[in-house]
Amino acid sequence: MPRHFFEDALLYEDPNWSSDDRSITTNNDIVGGTVMKYVDEFRDRAVAGALAERIKKTVRRPWTIMEVCGGQTHAIVRFGLDSLLPKNLELVHGPGCPVCVTSVSLIDQAVCLASLPGVIFCSFGDMLRVPGSRGDLFSVKAAGGDIRIIYSPLDALELARKNPDREVVCFAVGFETTAPAWAMAVTQAKQSRITNFSLLIAHVLVPPAMEAILSSPQNRIQGFLAAGHVCTVMGYEEYEAIAQRYQVPIVVTGFEPLDVLEGVAMLVSQLEEGRVEVENQYVRSVSREGNRPARSIVDEVFEPVSRAWRGIGEIPASGLRLKSAYSTYDAELKFQRDLAQLSVGIEDPECQSGLVLQGLLKPPDCPAFGNKCTPEQPLGAPMVSSEGACAAYYRYRSHATSKV
Amino acid sequence: MTVHDNKPFEAACPLPISAKNTVQLAHGGGGRLMQELIEDVFVRAFHNPMLAPLHDGATWPVEKGTLAFTTDSYVVHPLFFPGGNIGSLAVNGTINDLAMCGAKPLYLSAGFILEEGLSMDVLQRVVNSMAEAARTAGVPIVTGDTKVVDRGKGDEIFINTSGVGLVPAGVCVLPTLIQPGDAILVSGDLGSHGVAVLSVREGLTFEGDIKSDSAPLHHIVADLLDRGIDIHCLRDLTRGGLASVLNELAAAAKVGITVDEAAIPVCEPVRGACELLGLDPLYVANEGRFVALVPAPQADAALAVMRRHKAASLATHIGVVTDRDPPMVVLRTVVGTHRVLDLLSGEQLPRIC
Repeated sequence: MPRHFFEDALLYEDPNWSSDDRSITTNNDIVGGTVMKYVDEFRDRAVAGALAERIKKTVRRPWTIMEVCGGQTHAIVRFGLDSLLPKNLELVHGPGCPVCVTSVSLIDQAVCLASLPGVIFCSFGDMLRVPGSRGDLFSVKAAGGDIRIIYSPLDALELARKNPDREVVCFAVGFETTAPAWAMAVTQAKQSRITNFSLLIAHVLVPPAMEAILSSPQNRIQGFLAAGHVCTVMGYEEYEAIAQRYQVPIVVTGFEPLDVLEGVAMLVSQLEEGRVEVENQYVRSVSREGNRPARSIVDEVFEPVSRAWRGIGEIPASGLRLKSAYSTYDAELKFQRDLAQLSVGIEDPECQSGLVLQGLLKPPDCPAFGNKCTPEQPLGAPMVSSEGACAAYYRYRSHATSKV
Repeated sequence: MTVHDNKPFEAACPLPISAKNTVQLAHGGGGRLMQELIEDVFVRAFHNPMLAPLHDGATWPVEKGTLAFTTDSYVVHPLFFPGGNIGSLAVNGTINDLAMCGAKPLYLSAGFILEEGLSMDVLQRVVNSMAEAARTAGVPIVTGDTKVVDRGKGDEIFINTSGVGLVPAGVCVLPTLIQPGDAILVSGDLGSHGVAVLSVREGLTFEGDIKSDSAPLHHIVADLLDRGIDIHCLRDLTRGGLASVLNELAAAAKVGITVDEAAIPVCEPVRGACELLGLDPLYVANEGRFVALVPAPQADAALAVMRRHKAASLATHIGVVTDRDPPMVVLRTVVGTHRVLDLLSGEQLPRIC
């Protein structure tokens, strides 16, 4: 019998602990032994080690790169991927968490609409705990508001169909990834002549945010891992112009540990070789032109609009709104009178999430982090969502008094 | 994944329903209707000599030794889910709490809070399932209580069960006995109960059958003790799942805990569902799983004992207790890095993209 695996665990801070002569079986061996569908293959320890080695060999100078998507931030922190990277390679967490960038004013509007009698307010679960300037959606629910957590926009449409005497209002939050599903719900509502259905739209677009970061005088970002799922829908043609205009390499990257590591390896190769290109790491999901039917339904239903990002401010053409042909489904217009009474929402002045979302501040360096601001009592959205940088740091790092 | 609505449309104009078909306020009123309910539903299902006198409480002579006493309330919704229902859960859950004290469960009580208008058929099914679970486990329900609340003031059925157990002489199972070097064993794959309930509640269907793991665990614990395993601590992995329990144990025993993510068993359909919904199976509730902390030299023997039981056939060695200070749970991730495995704030919420 091999040396017992867990004898070594007593020395877990020893980097040589990764001996694989294990006397225990893995979950795969136990449960069915069949190959997992696109998960385990991308979490392989040996391949991760080899990619980390390749990155270490490639990096000769210090670099600062940004992973755009909150899903990537989550993977990096959940799997401790940054601990595999050389010290002079800094990962900065980008604004790609839709929950985090939704403005206080929009949260306040959501709270207002959800409190209206006769309204069924539908939201994805993450949004319920995000603080606005007058409470969050959970407090509306506790006070008797009819708030439903949905998993798909079509669920909300079904609710509208089944409750013809109620107004179903949906908090349409997300990046390019979720826009096609909302567009689908709206077109189906129109076809079925469902009128008690509307969207409070907080949709945002990734490329304008990347440009806003790159054109900031304080910008430190030298390369991007672009968000793989956004590109699955949109393709990456529009990133080619950004790469050239700002002379910044971009690698479209997935979300599993090996995706992120491979994306980083491709990006640092470009940086070290002085190349500026848009490369695609996430080939199993992304093509250059994206998903054409999804793009066309988004174009059919939505148009770009200027949008305020939480902590960052107004970015031109960075959001979506319904085109005039579908404007009867726009909750902001439908409930204009109710919303008119709202004053402009103000963010908690102690929350530094704007700096975090622009990559100018690491969450643990914020004075409120872990004391005034915790997932139980969040000052800002990045402490709420599982994809928020502050929550990710808090959950996986906060109590570490020494290196874990 | 397919999504469908699981709440049937209710007609606005209810037909007159006879008192026999639904629970009425009078069923809790102390009169004839209540007597009928007790006789026809509860006593018929739970019948045993200690319950038969229908006295205010059950009595029995005490042996020498240490008693264990526990209580738990069950409010799960939906009432029925793949692999169990609120009734079987209420019996198994309290039996397991006793088992986790190292005790042999002796007797249970059952308190029902019923909502006016509850279908008698639903109540009967729940009660029958409790009776069956109690019989299977060999732990009788010897006393009980029923209350009926106004429609809208409850959620169909709430059940409280309390239990008394006997801790065998010489047995002591406590978090404070946990020692650095102890092996951490988990009795089976994680997350089935939470995902099974969620899938019914939200009308989600996933590839593969996901059934609740609800099961009584006291025979496994008794077997471990009989085989001379020096159990330091036991804990069932209910609300908050494995991660929360390990954090509780680390804090209570003032020790570090290191677990290996790759070793933690999670079945394929649960993993898939969790990936899809953005849930971490380490935080999902179980109703028939526990961790045992035993001296490392006995780990293999303990696993062998556990694996002879169906409910623990996938028992696995997942980690080790360390003398880390301050107390903390560390996860060795599947890619070989280490990170804190922290408590969750509030419930896990499905992610949005």
